[in-house]
Formats: sequence, structure tokens, C-alpha cells
Amino acid sequence: MSEQGKEHAEHTSHHPTYGTYIMVWIGLVALTSITVTVAGIKLGSLTLITALTIATIKTLMVTYYFMHVKFDNRVIKIFILVCLIIFLILWILTFSDLSFR
Amino acid sequence: MSDHEIAAVQEHSGHVVHRDDEGSKMGMWLFLFTELLLFGGLFLLYGGYRFEYSEGFKAAAADMNVFIGMINTVILLTSSLAVALSIAALQENKKTLSMGLLWFTQVCGLAFLVNKYFEWSHEIHNGIYPGGPALENMSNGEVIYFGLYYTMTGLHGLHVIVGMIFIGFVMVFIQRDKITSTNYQKLENAGLYWHLVDIIWIFLFPLFYLLH
Repeated sequence: MSEQGKEHAEHTSHHPTYGTYIMVWIGLVALTSITVTVAGIKLGSLTLITALTIATIKTLMVTYYFMHVKFDNRVIKIFILVCLIIFLILWILTFSDLSFR
Repeated sequence: MSDHEIAAVQEHSGHVVHRDDEGSKMGMWLFLFTELLLFGGLFLLYGGYRFEYSEGFKAAAADMNVFIGMINTVILLTSSLAVALSIAALQENKKTLSMGLLWFTQVCGLAFLVNKYFEWSHEIHNGIYPGGPALENMSNGEVIYFGLYYTMTGLHGLHVIVGMIFIGFVMVFIQRDKITSTNYQKLENAGLYWHLVDIIWIFLFPLFYLLH
């Protein structure tokens, strides 16, 4: 068996405990109520930015803990990063086109 | 796959079964990226049109029921927690607990869809549907908003149904001991799918319900 395989076998056994998951969930619900509260206040253009920032933080929490990316090996981490960069390029190019028309 | 896992598989079936959990996980992630592009394209469309028709979007979103949207968000977040916990439970060989948590996830998925049903019926009742009386008197921005609303939440709802079917299959596998504490990648993959559905809703909720 390769060294990498051994390393991985150890990694999978390091999944978080029930308590960690419940803490993450409490955080997610708290962030949801914050988004709703903030949206009720008239902040103008800041509303969208705060909503998207909070949604991004929630996404990171879900992927990192619930989807176990924190405990995945480097190959999968890089894999996800590359795909996110491709996705961001798609967004940035489209919106730069849209805003400078 | 580690040595003791191969040994465990051999013990039960008498012959070596080749299994690549890491490859399976990677395949699932690859599939999730195609899902990301599918919804990403729709979010791009949303972004482009919102940029152009911000007033119409705001007017249309004013009728949304923020409370139901928020309840649905909490339902999906809780179901995601249940899936994550069910994996942890199965890893500790607590089959009954794991199954119970997956049943809870199914109930959450169903509750989400029931809420969605009431929401859509309310809007359709108010004449907001293709060719409907209310839609005809709306501005372009509002019509586009509702078009995207039905498409995106509808496609998301389909994903919830698919996720429930996926988890249903996994539950049968757990019941028949095809998914065990040493062989749980299928459950993990179902979980990944369910969390993706959750993440999509995390973005849909503020974008369609919280425009002021």
C-alpha cells in the first residue's frame, strides 16, 4: 500500500463530531436570520452585497464541514478550486461585458 | 482504499471486490460541477436581467412571502445537518440512528416541497402564470422576474425530488447492509448531492425573496 493511501485512510477517520456539525448548523441558521433582518433595513445597494456575502459564507460552511472538504485530500481541494476559478471567470467576463456596453 | 477495507470486503464475500472510494467521490464532484454550471448559467441570466430591470425585479419580489422562504431555508439547512450526522452515525456503526436521520431528511425534503406547492398555488391563483391575467399587466422586468422565479425554483424543486430518490436508494442499501461503516461512499455521495441542493437554495432565497 502506498504512503498516500495510508495517509488517506487516516484522514477519513478524522471526520468531525456531532457537536461540530450542530455548531455549524446553529451558525447557518443564525446567518439566515441575519440576512432576513438586514434585508428589512433600507441599505440600498448594500442589501445585495450583504446578502451575497452572507450566502457565500454559508456556502463555505456547508462545503467545508458538511461536504467534508476540510478533510478531503489535496487532489479534491485543487479540483474544486480550479472549477471555482473557471466559474468566476465566466461571471467576471459576462459582467464586465454587461457593465461597459 | 486502505488494506483493512479490502480485508473487510474479502471476509464477507469471499473474493476481492475492487472499490475506489476516492475516485467515486471525485466523479461525484465532477457531476456537481456540471450542476454548478447549469444553475450558474441561470444565475448569470438573473444577474444580467436584474442589472437591466432592477425596478421591475424589486416590484415583483415585493409580493414574495419572506416567511415561507425563510422557513424553507431552515428546513433545508436542518436536512443537510441530518445527512451529515447520518454519515457520522454510520461511521460509528449506528445503523438505526443513521437510518432515522435519513428518514428525517426525507420528511424535511417533503416539507420543503409542500411549502413550495402552497407558494406556487398562491401565485398561480393570483394570475401569475404564462398567459395569466396578472402577468399581462406587468412590466417587462416583473415578467422576467417571474419567468426566472418559476424556472429556477422549479429546477431546484426537481433537484430536491431527485435528491430524495437518491437518498431513498441509499437507505435501501443501508437496510440491506450494502452500505456499511467501512463502505459508505454511496451515502457520502448522496450527501454531497443534497448539500449542493441546499447551497443552491442558499443563493436562491436572498436573490428572489429579499429584494428591497
